[in-house]
Amino acid sequence: MSKDMSYQAVMARNNEIMKKAIGIDYSTFESGQIRFDYEQMMRETGYTLDEMQKIQGDTGVGNTPLLELKNLTALARKVSPEGKGARIFVKDEASNPSGSFKARRAANAVYHAKRLGYKGVIAATSGNYGAAVASQASIHGLKCIIVQECYDSKGKGQPEIIEKARKCEAYGAEVIQLTVGPELFYTFLKLLEETGYFNASLYSPFGIAGVETLGYEIAMQFRERMGKDPDVVVCTNAGGGNLTGTARGLLKAGADHVKVVGASVDLSGLHMASDEQFNKKSFTTGHTGFGIPFATWPDRSDVPRSAARPLRYIDRYVTVTQGQVFYMTETLAQIEGIERGPAGNTSLAAAFSIAQELDEDKIVVVQETEYTGAGKHIQPQLSFARDNGIELRFGNPEEEIPGKNIILPEHPRLIKAKDINLNKLKRSYINKCIDTYGKKEINQSDLEFLVEDTKSSVEFVKEVLNEKEVSVIE
Amino acid sequence: MQVKKGEWVRIHNIVLTSEERAPQVPDDTKKVPLEAWVKGFLQEDAQMGDEVEVKTMTGRMEKGKLIEVNSSYKHNYGNFVPELLQIGMQLRDILWGGEAHE
Repeated sequence: MSKDMSYQAVMARNNEIMKKAIGIDYSTFESGQIRFDYEQMMRETGYTLDEMQKIQGDTGVGNTPLLELKNLTALARKVSPEGKGARIFVKDEASNPSGSFKARRAANAVYHAKRLGYKGVIAATSGNYGAAVASQASIHGLKCIIVQECYDSKGKGQPEIIEKARKCEAYGAEVIQLTVGPELFYTFLKLLEETGYFNASLYSPFGIAGVETLGYEIAMQFRERMGKDPDVVVCTNAGGGNLTGTARGLLKAGADHVKVVGASVDLSGLHMASDEQFNKKSFTTGHTGFGIPFATWPDRSDVPRSAARPLRYIDRYVTVTQGQVFYMTETLAQIEGIERGPAGNTSLAAAFSIAQELDEDKIVVVQETEYTGAGKHIQPQLSFARDNGIELRFGNPEEEIPGKNIILPEHPRLIKAKDINLNKLKRSYINKCIDTYGKKEINQSDLEFLVEDTKSSVEFVKEVLNEKEVSVIE
Repeated sequence: MQVKKGEWVRIHNIVLTSEERAPQVPDDTKKVPLEAWVKGFLQEDAQMGDEVEVKTMTGRMEKGKLIEVNSSYKHNYGNFVPELLQIGMQLRDILWGGEAHE
């Protein structure tokens, strides 16, 4: 008896495969309507903060240094109006065993897999998360498969992604490299079915809860050192888990006045599933190609209900350009003596801009860094861009067109983050909910859910529902 | 080239042909197949380019075309990007420039 392994047949078995591979029955938290009980899901399938700290601490994850970037602050003050220029700090997550904050997510997911008796773990990722899962799997003695979107149809791959394959293999993982396309998910499902391994999804409650320790540590380290919480925490935003977990951790510490800002690299105009455009982008994560679709529809992820729900927590969302982030990566090395990979520097570029809006006594924190090295460094990324016909020059970042050129700012004063209209994203999310669930009327608890899930108000949600001609029944 | 059973090799296979691809993929992607590369221990002696079976690091069996033995990591720091030199010099000048530092 052999199963039908065609694309359609495997995709149709998605729910059945997932249930076995993640050990969560999502229907427990659902009401059959739009609403689901997010907090119940986080409580009953996640871990307490104490437990998470213990799990992470046992494998050397967490308790990373908090560094003040004094020269970068001085630079921001040189280009700010008098009295402006907040102090800039960075949480050095590259100090985690696998070289990024993703070790926090992986530590909990892999621990959970081990506890439930799975023999191995699988994750679909081209980035730091793969390395983190592989690293944790090696510590716990579990087998590990990482599936990555790696090459275009000519067999050319981003040096950053190829480096990540090396890193995963260095930890003893099996790496499956694919060409461009969303059917990576199909391969992922086939592997889960074949092996019976655990789905170490980025979007499970344990994965997201793992990042809560990061937000919590930020609050505690600031209180110890400065006697107060920071004013702004900037998170590089892709799938939303980084921001969600950090914000939840800050709230668990009682740091509820901290503004949580998301930052993504602007890759507008590039299609993420396009074979031709795959190597025209110079960022493989932390960009709007993930940031926008995942914010407006979190449940598009590899689990039925994503625990990463950035719109629930985000106070402001900004974009920066590729050239600005590369410039800032070089800046971090040149004036702070810290050489780190570009992804975390997305929020650094945004923080440099935001610091200029704030008074000198305020504090802005970049909440992650990532390791760098051959392949995963600005030299190979920019060299690769040039080889792919991307123009590289100094100039005004306003003139950057993703896929055409990378413009290094000719002066640091040209590093200005741009605001994304959050209400537009919230509207888009609500519309998506209505369309997906095919509703013409929703009940009070759905309404409350939409308000919470968009950190908005009853009035705001009702206005969007009105436009969609959807009524709320008592 | 003859490759011995038990060698660590890299294989290539087609996961989905152009016709089998998901309906939502853009046209340029639909024109090409979904390909995969996997590494493992070769199960039988073979010639380069043969269809072979390998046992992967997790113990899975995979089939595909034999393309490499002991594949090395070829990524590096790329070609030097001279523009990057300018950034540090400019920043030092803005922060600590002027005659006092000459």
